[in-house]
Amino acid sequence: MTATTEAPATTVAEPSTAAVPAISLTGVTKTFQSSRESFTAVGGLDLDIESGEFFSLLGPSGCGKTTTMRMIAGFEEPTTGVVRLDGTDVTDVAPNHRDVNMVFQSYALFPHLSVADNVAFGLKRKRVGKAETDRRVAEMLELVELGGQAKRKPSQLSGGQRQRVALARALVNQPRALLLDEPLAALDLKLRQAMQMELKRIQRDVGITFVYVTHDQGEALTMSDRIAVMNEGYVEQLGTPAEIYEHPATRFVAEFIGTSNLLTGTAAATTSDGTDVRLDCGQHVLVAERLSEGTQVDITVRPEKIQLSTEPPDASLSRVRGTVADTVYLGSSTHYTVRLDDDTEIVVFQQNDRDLSAADAVAGRGSDVWLSWRLSHSYLLPS
Amino acid sequence: MTVTLDDTAAPTQAPRRTRKTDWGKWFTWGVLAWLFAPITFMIAFSFNDIQGRHNVTWEGFTFKWYGGVFDHAELTQALLYTLAIGVLTMLIAGTIGSLLGLALGRHRFRGQGTTNLVMFAAICAPEVVLGAALLSLFLLVGIATGFMAILLAHVMFTVSFVAITVRARVITLDPNLEEAARDLGAGPWTTFRLVTLPMLLPAIMAGGLLAFALSIDDYIITSFVAGEVTTFPLWIWGATRVGIPPQVNVMGTLIFAVGVTLAVINVIVAKRRRS
Repeated sequence: MTATTEAPATTVAEPSTAAVPAISLTGVTKTFQSSRESFTAVGGLDLDIESGEFFSLLGPSGCGKTTTMRMIAGFEEPTTGVVRLDGTDVTDVAPNHRDVNMVFQSYALFPHLSVADNVAFGLKRKRVGKAETDRRVAEMLELVELGGQAKRKPSQLSGGQRQRVALARALVNQPRALLLDEPLAALDLKLRQAMQMELKRIQRDVGITFVYVTHDQGEALTMSDRIAVMNEGYVEQLGTPAEIYEHPATRFVAEFIGTSNLLTGTAAATTSDGTDVRLDCGQHVLVAERLSEGTQVDITVRPEKIQLSTEPPDASLSRVRGTVADTVYLGSSTHYTVRLDDDTEIVVFQQNDRDLSAADAVAGRGSDVWLSWRLSHSYLLPS
Repeated sequence: MTVTLDDTAAPTQAPRRTRKTDWGKWFTWGVLAWLFAPITFMIAFSFNDIQGRHNVTWEGFTFKWYGGVFDHAELTQALLYTLAIGVLTMLIAGTIGSLLGLALGRHRFRGQGTTNLVMFAAICAPEVVLGAALLSLFLLVGIATGFMAILLAHVMFTVSFVAITVRARVITLDPNLEEAARDLGAGPWTTFRLVTLPMLLPAIMAGGLLAFALSIDDYIITSFVAGEVTTFPLWIWGATRVGIPPQVNVMGTLIFAVGVTLAVINVIVAKRRRS
């Protein structure tokens, strides 16, 4: 890395072999002060974003994800902590001197400039030559499939086209990292799904680090290499989409990502396989973890991991009995809501791979059913 | 424009609908006539071939007043004063007002509420009060009445109009636009020059023209602080006792023509920017 730290911005796209992260936040906090109150948007953040990865900051509104991104871009100054790009401290560097570019949620295209002039804006500021600028602008507009729209004004474009101009305007500068602030939020569902694939393709093509801010868990799971789930100014969990979905580290992550069923109970006895837990409704389930007797536990199971049957399932599985309260037929799958004795509701997704009339007969509303899952498919939440 | 629509639509429309639209049409023409009748008379009487001093009855058509527009040296001098003050007011109030509007629309700062209050007070206060107050202020601090005093007074009472016009535009601007420019490598000054200023230009021009128009025809405030200087409106008022020469109508017509041209240019520029 020592050889390439001094390299000009135009060569940053090549993958970094050294372990210096593209973006690194150390002990970063941000508190907004107004005359009467202070508000802590980011409570303490240590984050390393590797070169070339598609990294998402995921969380509900007000979780600090946008503030974090704005601190990376330089629009907000951290109250404490250090922001590094490629190992260089940029905490006090103005946004126009940082080698990152941003795609705004509102796109923020300059309405008085043509599409080509919008895209050329950054290159002109860097005093790239006219011929070189024209070539790179044309190339970038080709990449986002807007080759024929160069002379139009942003107001003459559709929402999806504007979004791609905003992307081209940032990418043409070949930044060290591209920051995207909910760029697809204003698009309709179909276009959004198409753009998700498109963004992922472009990211692979250009090899630039993408930092993506979103509150849409589906979007984050679809596109990201790694996700940081944020809540109230802190990172709740950092990992690959599969890690976060399959092994949520906290109750918040379990509830925010996908659908989770929550069962509360007390450890009753240890067995050879793990622990027998007495649920609040009186039934017993097994968990793989070894717990001392009397421990209060929260168990979660994903709806698609649960099997629904009328016959008693194998005793080696975790199993409970309940009554079907509601069914929703969704074509490829059916969602069941099953109620236990103490009114705990468990959601179950079943693929409709069986004969439909039979499946329907298995679990009509009001029928008594068994729910079962493997021990490895449930996990305990830290309380 | 509604007229042509009605004409083409009339054969196929029910009669009641046509009558209903007619009211709107007549009302529109009525208001336009109300607004433009005085101007029409001013323009018409600039071509009046009068023999005596009084330009109040139609005596025939002539272009001679246009040829001899500068025959009254005092009137010409008054017009030059007025134009100089108008242009300077436009530039100074335009600049200060635009910056004021930008600050008020974009930032939160101590004294913001007071600034708003003072601005609206300046607009709402009766001119006669402002004029008298300014005169006593100028006498108190030792500013001589005359050209500079008029200019100071005009900037003072027009700056609020510019600031309010520009502020309204600033509030509707996406603050991300300036951040996007910074993000793409533009420093604060370049961002202002390439993004903020072009976006605000229609409002700044509108505010500046408003200041010019307010300055050029101000009589009341000017009369308090003018001292020895005679501006165009002051000269006309003085001349009413002995008869207003047709040159006044000619100058009025020319000023009106320039004003209309500027307004049209502003509209065209604004429209081209939007598309």
